Amino acid sequence: MKHDFRYFLHEGVDNLFSHGFMSFATIGITVACLLVMGTFSLVTYNAEILLKTLESEYEILAFIDDGSTDAQTREFGARIERLPNVKSVSLITREEATAAFEERTLDDYMRANLTPDMFRDRYAVFVDDLNLVNQTAGDVRAIVGEANVRVDEDIAGGFILVRNVASAVSLAMIAILLVVTVFIISNTIRLTTFDRRDEIAIMKMVGATNWFIRWPFVYEGFLLGLLSAFLAFALQWLVYASVAKGIAAADTLQFLNIVSFDHIWQPVAASFAAAGMVIGVGGSLTAIRRFLQV
Amino acid sequence: MIRLKDVEKEYENGTHALHGVSLTIEDGEFVFLVGPSGSGKSTIIKLLTGEIVPSNGRVSVNGFNLSNISDRQIPLLRRSIGVIFQDFRLIEKKTVYENLSFAMRAVGASPRAIRSRIPYVLELVGLENKADQYPPELSGGEQQRVAIARALVNNPNTIIADEPTGNLDPARSLEIMRLLNRINELGTTVVIVTHERDLVNRFHKRVVLLEGGYVTGDGVGYDAK
Repeated sequence: MKHDFRYFLHEGVDNLFSHGFMSFATIGITVACLLVMGTFSLVTYNAEILLKTLESEYEILAFIDDGSTDAQTREFGARIERLPNVKSVSLITREEATAAFEERTLDDYMRANLTPDMFRDRYAVFVDDLNLVNQTAGDVRAIVGEANVRVDEDIAGGFILVRNVASAVSLAMIAILLVVTVFIISNTIRLTTFDRRDEIAIMKMVGATNWFIRWPFVYEGFLLGLLSAFLAFALQWLVYASVAKGIAAADTLQFLNIVSFDHIWQPVAASFAAAGMVIGVGGSLTAIRRFLQV
Repeated sequence: MIRLKDVEKEYENGTHALHGVSLTIEDGEFVFLVGPSGSGKSTIIKLLTGEIVPSNGRVSVNGFNLSNISDRQIPLLRRSIGVIFQDFRLIEKKTVYENLSFAMRAVGASPRAIRSRIPYVLELVGLENKADQYPPELSGGEQQRVAIARALVNNPNTIIADEPTGNLDPARSLEIMRLLNRINELGTTVVIVTHERDLVNRFHKRVVLLEGGYVTGDGVGYDAK
């Protein structure tokens, strides 16, 4: 049987207005849920970017013994660079290390007495995946010697923990809110189907297929979800832009580099639309199931 | 054709509604199904419309075997049957025309087919001037005629009427029976469930009598057994 788009849409819109207040309440609650879901996702996204930046600056230091020749030093660098999980290797000479220390230290006495002899040449080794940092540090130790590698495993573990916890909390919140909104939309559509149960019974009696009966309710759920998604997206934009502006203006929060909404509005809009549609259609299919038994 | 062969029906609550019922209704027949309350008349209607399946035995309607009919085939079965109820079951917020077009839409009829079929059916039931009225504006007899028009609008092979005159006065009841008789004369099989002895006896048609879930009589006239 042909999909009668105009008829189904007309019936779906009719359903939407037949319980105007309930539809309005559903849209309100769905907008709130989508907004919370969106906020969690965006916070997680920004945290992820911040962690990635911090991770990219994380380094393993491989010190070169004083007795090593330039050729041996270069050989160590080349071997380290070939190791798996090594993104890049950068040689820091004792002079560069001295200058960097001098710049960092606040102790005037120490600064005045610094000499390059106090430092050694070293390689700063940057990794691709922080999860594998211990293994990579082991590989570097095998090249430059056990005692010549400095790796801060606690910091690496901290990064990984923060990222995992943030992702898990965010995913759990999104899953919970998704179920809640599907339930809310389902309840609204159940009210419409209850109101139209006589019509549904007549349609069944004259030989309408289950899908013919379902479509108007699917369209109703789809419209509720899409409308909610649109409103939630607009609100999300406003909230995000104001928070980002506030952070940019605060002196103490300068280390937080918030991604501009202009750069992410397209995937955010697509995600809101997809979530709205899934919630709406899922809710309507759940609601109508019981009325199609006969 | 409708055929029931050794049909048993026991509901989940233990009620044994039908006991070995066998019955054949040929295409084009006019049959009254009569009997007291609890005799199994409604169970037979539900079996014929695919609302329930028999516990045992075989039921076939217009070529569909209802003992093992699939969910996908049930709409097709129902399109071959028009059902009429005692309480009319019209949609009150739709006009007479819309009640009919709704039934045609539900089976995928085109707007063009709807426009050409509905006036014909309304004329057949004598309601050609009531197309724009709403059911509450009509008398009981007129509402039942709308229900008959709706049952006919998709051109079914068979009309099944469950106590179609139960809510009507004797004059309107006779009118409805005459209308169903006329529809039968046009070639549609008509099965009417009723307990109105006088009305049944006026038509000299086949009467199947049910009592306690058994067929206890089958012949012309209410007192055939």
